[in-house]
Amino acid sequence: MTGSAGLTRATLFKDLRLEWRSKDATNAMLFFALLVVVIFSFSFDPTAEESRRIAGGLIWVAFLFASVVALNQTWARELRNQVLDAYRVSPAPANSLFLAKVLGNFVFVSVLEILMTPLFVIFYNLRALGPAYQLWIVAGLGTWALVVNGTFFAALSLRTRSREIMLPLLLFPISIPALLAMVEATSSILTGEFSAKFWIVLLVTYDLVFTMASLFFFELVLHAE
Amino acid sequence: MKRAFPILAIATVIFLGYATYQALVVAPTERTMGDVQRIFYYHVSSAWTAGLLFFINFVASIVYLARRSQKVDALALASAEVGVVFCTIVLVTGPIWARPVWGIWWTWDMRLTLTLVLWLIYVSYLLLRRFSSSGQTPVMAAVLAIFGTLDMPLVYFSIWFFRTQHPQPVMGNGGSIDPRMLHAFFVNLIAFTCFGLLVCWARYRLEVLRQEVEEMQALESLLEVRSSR
Repeated sequence: MTGSAGLTRATLFKDLRLEWRSKDATNAMLFFALLVVVIFSFSFDPTAEESRRIAGGLIWVAFLFASVVALNQTWARELRNQVLDAYRVSPAPANSLFLAKVLGNFVFVSVLEILMTPLFVIFYNLRALGPAYQLWIVAGLGTWALVVNGTFFAALSLRTRSREIMLPLLLFPISIPALLAMVEATSSILTGEFSAKFWIVLLVTYDLVFTMASLFFFELVLHAE
Repeated sequence: MKRAFPILAIATVIFLGYATYQALVVAPTERTMGDVQRIFYYHVSSAWTAGLLFFINFVASIVYLARRSQKVDALALASAEVGVVFCTIVLVTGPIWARPVWGIWWTWDMRLTLTLVLWLIYVSYLLLRRFSSSGQTPVMAAVLAIFGTLDMPLVYFSIWFFRTQHPQPVMGNGGSIDPRMLHAFFVNLIAFTCFGLLVCWARYRLEVLRQEVEEMQALESLLEVRSSR
């Protein structure tokens, strides 16, 4: 077991170090999310009462679009110098590689969320009327839902023409229930009108179902060539 | 099998004609909604056919991953394509009916949203097949089809939280429905199922032929390289 956990750790730290040195994905995601925040803010110009109701949708749409930047470069980076082929011929378990990539993307998107959320709070005058600690749970589960399917579909669309467009086209339809759950949970916590419990349970189910499905099919997708 | 196709095609056309006659002439006009209710015979039949075809696609995708047979993949492609067409018919006839009856074209109701999401997932499936150029397209498509099917219960429960405006099924609770309406409905249901499966079969044959032509061309170019040496 130490072997596969070690491989996961090695790949994860390699990706984090690469990102720390270049900061390509982080910069692009941050600036992209910032643009979305500003443009939404211009086009809606909401009052504090309204913004509480729409903020859940705005935040998650901004994060969804921005996270595609990180997801797209997950595997594309490994195509250079035939690194992915080396993974394929190596006896290392495919799933530990997949987990490393998912964890890496989880870290990138979480950093984006931690940096962007204060900006949202300032621009939209947000203050949670419901139990605010639940926002952390929703953020964690929602981010996992996005990156686990996103990493999988990035591998799936690796061999298509214009794969950078292909990823959101595959990811967004499947993510609809998760996105709905994130948006509704965030809105109900911010407005404090409803309980977010149902949506959190739905997110947990979504995460479990698609984490298992991805782990089950990833080896097949990696070796398909 | 090849000879059966024209016979079945003619039978289906005749049956469809009979079903249309039943729906438009024989079935009585609904009391509150009027003639627009007749769209129901096509709407529900198309929805059922689309569901059946997507189910065939799901089964074919699993069988493909297990057996890797090209013909099963052709069936998966054919059923998904024809299913999307029938799903589009559902999404178009629904608003035509809803506008005079509900007064709105569209509402984010359970069944409407579910159908739309199903449609979106299968369009993305077809796009993946269109954009993917490698020989591994069938594997990727089959995996995506299974992911899409796994997604459906989650979509269902996420939308279940919303208010349901779609009319509940009226069959089976009391004798409030005219038997001629019921007859027209079931005739249309069977006619549309036959029609859908027939089109799917034609598309399947076409896809198998395309695969054969591709193989022949690959073989030919190999032989040409040999003979030119």
